[in-house]
Amino acid sequence: MVGLFLSSHEHDWLISSRSLFLTIHAVGISLFIYIVGRRLVPLVRAQRDFRFDHPLSRAGRVLKFWLGQWRHPRYRFAGALHIVVFAGFILLAARAFSALIGGVDQKFVMPGISGRVGHRYDVVTDYAATVVFVCMVVAAVRRLVFKPARYSVPAKYGEGHTVDAVFLLALIAILMAADSLLAASHSLQVRPNETLAALSLPWTLQIALTGSSVATISAVGLAAYLTHQLAFYFLLCYRPFGIQFHVETSLFSVYFSKLERGTLKPVRWGVTDDHLDQVTSFGVKTFEDFTWKHILDFYSCADCGRCADNCPANAAGRPLAPRFLTIKARDYAFQHYPVFGKANNSHPLVGGIYSEDEIWSCTTCGACEEECPLLVEYIDKIVDLRRGMIDDGNVPQSLQKPLKALESRGNPYGKMEKKRADWTRVPEFQQTCPVMILDGKRDADTLYFVDSITSYDDRMQSIGRSTARILAGIGKNFGILGASEKDSGHEVRRFGEEMLFVALRDHNTEAIKASGVTRIVTADPHAYNALKHDYKDVPPVEHISQVIAQKVKTGNIQFNPVADDNKVYAYHDPCYLGRHNHVYDDPRTVLDAIPGLKRVEMDRSRDRSFCCGGGGLMLFYEPKEQQRMGVLRVRMAAEAGANVIVTACPFCMVNIEDAIKVAGLDGKMSAIDLTELVDQNIVRESRAEACETATCGG
Amino acid sequence: MEILVCVRRVPDTSENEIALNAEGNDVERDELVYSVNEPDNYAVEEALQIRDRVGGSVTVVTVGSEEDEEILRRELAMGANRAVLISDGAFGGSDGRGIATVLSEFVQKEHYDLILTGVQADDGAAQVGGMLAAMLDYPFASLVNSIAVQDGKLKVSREIEGGNREINEIDLPCVLSIQTGINEPRYVGMRGIRQVASVPIPTLCAGDLDIDERAVGKAAAKVMRIDYFVPALSKGADMLHGSREENAEKILELVAAKGGLK
Repeated sequence: MVGLFLSSHEHDWLISSRSLFLTIHAVGISLFIYIVGRRLVPLVRAQRDFRFDHPLSRAGRVLKFWLGQWRHPRYRFAGALHIVVFAGFILLAARAFSALIGGVDQKFVMPGISGRVGHRYDVVTDYAATVVFVCMVVAAVRRLVFKPARYSVPAKYGEGHTVDAVFLLALIAILMAADSLLAASHSLQVRPNETLAALSLPWTLQIALTGSSVATISAVGLAAYLTHQLAFYFLLCYRPFGIQFHVETSLFSVYFSKLERGTLKPVRWGVTDDHLDQVTSFGVKTFEDFTWKHILDFYSCADCGRCADNCPANAAGRPLAPRFLTIKARDYAFQHYPVFGKANNSHPLVGGIYSEDEIWSCTTCGACEEECPLLVEYIDKIVDLRRGMIDDGNVPQSLQKPLKALESRGNPYGKMEKKRADWTRVPEFQQTCPVMILDGKRDADTLYFVDSITSYDDRMQSIGRSTARILAGIGKNFGILGASEKDSGHEVRRFGEEMLFVALRDHNTEAIKASGVTRIVTADPHAYNALKHDYKDVPPVEHISQVIAQKVKTGNIQFNPVADDNKVYAYHDPCYLGRHNHVYDDPRTVLDAIPGLKRVEMDRSRDRSFCCGGGGLMLFYEPKEQQRMGVLRVRMAAEAGANVIVTACPFCMVNIEDAIKVAGLDGKMSAIDLTELVDQNIVRESRAEACETATCGG
Repeated sequence: MEILVCVRRVPDTSENEIALNAEGNDVERDELVYSVNEPDNYAVEEALQIRDRVGGSVTVVTVGSEEDEEILRRELAMGANRAVLISDGAFGGSDGRGIATVLSEFVQKEHYDLILTGVQADDGAAQVGGMLAAMLDYPFASLVNSIAVQDGKLKVSREIEGGNREINEIDLPCVLSIQTGINEPRYVGMRGIRQVASVPIPTLCAGDLDIDERAVGKAAAKVMRIDYFVPALSKGADMLHGSREENAEKILELVAAKGGLK
């Protein structure tokens, strides 16, 4: 690129204004460094967070999610707009830099962008500035006229953000206009006979200026330069005060983002479970208890509202919207760590900016995290806030009883341990498919980890029996732990009761190891996620849908056609099978292997699945909500034209069956677990025979 | 304010069908899980809240055996300053009056401005609080569902029939029996209990409290349980089989017939 002011005769205004430009540069840069320095203060005071591992996969994420804008097209129009503006910014970076330096050193040429390359770059960036300018106008019209619902701010969360958003759009538009005007005036001064990129903004302005006196063009150039410089530095220093800060922070947020889904952060990074007793305070109670990465997340949020738009708790009218979890924390940071003035920290967050119900309302379904273009984390923050509340004894009465029961009996219902295997002792089932209890006297290579709800809930016990029959039918040598199994503790951990979780995990780990099995199968996605991510040193675990899908793929399982021709099935992705563990295809493969089964997809499926209401302890919690998530979900299935909802999780079954009744769809809609459906349709020579050959009998 | 809360460990029978013992005068207790009596837990929470408002200390006490230490530790984890276990073979088989006698001797050895008990034990008869007050010659208010401390006196309320409330002023020292719902007891997790695992809990025996062994225990008991039975299940719920609208109407009718609607 040719230096903006490179010419045989230097412009007089340039010489006379150089000291002014230099001063603006110095002030702008110093102010920006100072502001960013102040913004880093809470990050320094925050908790540790180990995010420095796996540099290659982190760099890969930067390429995919930051440079590649991977998640933006999930919202087509806004996403496309953002991608264009982002690309424009990237292209214009060198041009803006050259322009700024050009005010001081007119001979400056951006290395690598000179000659023919420079000319082409000028053409491209003429268009880039034009396109960004147009995008700003379109975005402002969108904000002001079309007002997409996800940008609106409910009164309880304060005033709307439209004014701020439009102000920022206007600033960028001014920057682009000034840039274009500068290019136009410069071109007229230096190469009056050359035309700029046709139909671009600089081209239009060049035509407008053609014929003006040299003095006028010179004055316009000076004004354009000053406007450009002032707008640039104003934007630079204004961004750290609001949502535009993501321009600077997003790269770091994405680089340091969480690599593994389904996992939870430890209570304190660098403290092992054995040393937890020495930690004086658990979880997040004050702002400084967040980790530095979590505070960086607060800065990076662009307020796009996609998280809240997908949040089932928000949709059901619970007092939670992930977006405002972040916005409120950022407002807190700005208020308590001001750029000018003293930091005023250590105020309790729950009871302050957050309400208790807000923090308990989350089902940890992960829809928000799946959607966020900047990979902002929510579940770890929610769980950390809950850990803090648990530590302070601040737990709803509705949750205290099941927690106490989990502590004393190993299940949330307070049922006796010896009754944990009662689901196998139903006469008809016991005769055809006796299930071995791995009590040390008998061996099996596969453990069926049942977990509490399937063990004790009358309705869900059917899922347990179907699972056992399937395992027997496909020839697995399996058993269960019986009375020595305790709750997996998946929700115990996600509700913030880490020490109780550790106790449950340690008990189960020991029991699993003592059983001598080499693999684990479960039909409960919550247990699956716990065993896979929260437990250490246990054999590999599979969800039953994966096991069946393997048999389908190898042709080792056959199904009878569906009996009822009028049934249309929709598969509901359980959060902890789908989003958290990416098991989307296996259950569908199984369903599609059943001859004659008509299947439709709900609008919100796979990674956009809509949580049914949450599992485990969430079944005990009494949320403040306008309607049940399950009811919304059941209506989605009806809209998709389904009359049977297939799920693969006992908690989904509870919520969906309840919701069918509440929605008044009894008789028109039904729910069935994948295992039950497979159990109904699997081809077996005779049950007893299948069982005998499968050695499930003991 | 020095506050004493009398607590008790009871079997948790809510979720499990219980079996009778061979003698038929008690439940089979071997497989039951025990916890602190629920109203007692509310009493402890109330004591902690009063202490946090006006200062002082909270002591929890139970008359029982070594196994009962578990609930004292839970209350320490909640925030009680001190716990005392009163345990002696001589107390075995005591009736309500016997327990009240033991507690009154303990109170007289120490100094408390306020003594709280739960309104009743899950397996008890709501006797001890009243008897303890009488033995100490302290004023007594039962079924208390709010407490306000004012100028060395208390204003306590209780709910009376029909959801109305009455407020009574009561002099200190006094004994109050606390109703559930007076507050929201804080949660005690495993971490809290582990943190107080090494706090010593003194055990006092009959001799320490100068209790006349003839006044307590089985021999002194004047109320004896002679039978314990689980009532036979009666006919269950009436199922309504109409449409939603019909069922709603029928329910309204039934509730109105039982006096539930005015």
